[in-house]
Amino acid sequence: MLRKNDTKGKLIVVEGIDGSGKSTQIDLLYKWLLRAGYSTYFSEWNSSALVKSTTRTAKKSKSFTPTTFSILHCTDFADRWENSIYPLLKAGVIVLADRYAFTAFARDVARGVDPEWVRNMYSFAIQPDAALYFRVPLDVAVGRITGARASLKYYEAGMDLGLSENINESFELFQGKILGEYDKMVDEFGLTMIDGTKPVKDQQKKVRSIIKKILVGFEGLPNPNKTPISVTNIQAAKAKKGGSK
Amino acid sequence: MNKGTFYGAGFPYRDFGKLPGKLIVLEGADGVGRSTQIKKLRNWLEEEGYAVSDTGLTRSELTAAGLEFAKSGHTLGPITMSLFYAADFADRLENQIIPALQAGFVVLSDRYFYSVIARDSIRGINRAWSKLLYGIALKPDLILYMKASVPSLVTRLIHGRGLNYWEAGMDLHLADNFYDSFVQYQGLILEQFDIMSEEYNFVSINADQTPDEIFENLKRPILELLHNRLTKGDKPK
Repeated sequence: MLRKNDTKGKLIVVEGIDGSGKSTQIDLLYKWLLRAGYSTYFSEWNSSALVKSTTRTAKKSKSFTPTTFSILHCTDFADRWENSIYPLLKAGVIVLADRYAFTAFARDVARGVDPEWVRNMYSFAIQPDAALYFRVPLDVAVGRITGARASLKYYEAGMDLGLSENINESFELFQGKILGEYDKMVDEFGLTMIDGTKPVKDQQKKVRSIIKKILVGFEGLPNPNKTPISVTNIQAAKAKKGGSK
Repeated sequence: MNKGTFYGAGFPYRDFGKLPGKLIVLEGADGVGRSTQIKKLRNWLEEEGYAVSDTGLTRSELTAAGLEFAKSGHTLGPITMSLFYAADFADRLENQIIPALQAGFVVLSDRYFYSVIARDSIRGINRAWSKLLYGIALKPDLILYMKASVPSLVTRLIHGRGLNYWEAGMDLHLADNFYDSFVQYQGLILEQFDIMSEEYNFVSINADQTPDEIFENLKRPILELLHNRLTKGDKPK
């Protein structure tokens, strides 16, 4: 369903339910790759400046349906895809993504949209060179999130699904559904499973050994000053400020 | 009356039940006079005793401001634009069109997703992808395609609201001025409509006529639809 990587760059993504520890791992990987001198770009889920105002409004007024939630998150992804991820891959950059299409396949299907429909919607995207799936049992993830955060948000807890009146309970039920969808995708998309209950350092060791293999013989875009890349390095437009209208 | 049928999966998480209303779509190029006709049709239908609701592209409150903002800059890519329109469409369909049909309204839609596919195809968006994306769309009861030649579109627009950047397809760099670009771009759009005309069973209406003549020709298939399928008992009070 996803296109083959026909670019000079490498695409590495991390996936997993909330509280799986994937963001910690990709952050460590990002710093390691930069230190090693690679041209590396980091892209985060739901971070397009162009789409932000729309998503924010809908979240505030709770006016998303599963379908509009799904389409607008893909719009956000498409904006990042067209303006940064794809051109940078073409230029030979290592692109790291904290969450990718698989997040949509898991969440949106858990919300009830058609699995084939959402897979088609993201079919302009490339199959990553590495798709690391940080798997943790539901209770571990839920414990990490509810312990660390003051309060859960409406959509992240899946409150729109009416699974439970209690936000913590709803969160747990919703994450359980998402976990089930992720597990189904391991074979479908060749996700590499990493045990997210292991110590951070051990996980990172595993991550680096996987990435090292992918980078054998890879040259990529030179990074003479060992600096990170920001969106404005690609398109010197006013895009960054957008979205306040 | 019958349950709605969708081009694809629709909204699998919801059962909308029966849709006693009628969905009538008016399609056609920019400047063909759709909004004039929608107004006339609305008045006529209301006089006939039907409750009428109308809708059109980019009118969703969810996406209107964001899309406007996106179109004003230079970073909006074709896939992103396409998905923005799809979000607008989905929001209106689920929250406005279908509820109106459930309540027995005649819904007049100023364009549907066909226009969006036409524009996107010209911008290199894969057709099969678009068609699957709009698998959420409800099949209209009637699709009226107002077909006009490019010269008559130009005449109407230059004496009306003028040619604008997007309607002239200036983003495609087809020509160095609005007029030539509009002519080329709308020609391409017409080709797309011709392809879809058969695919989706458009009822073609000659729109190279006066507004009153067009109106009479639009009324005919609508009357047929309402009298054949909407019995008096189903008429909204």
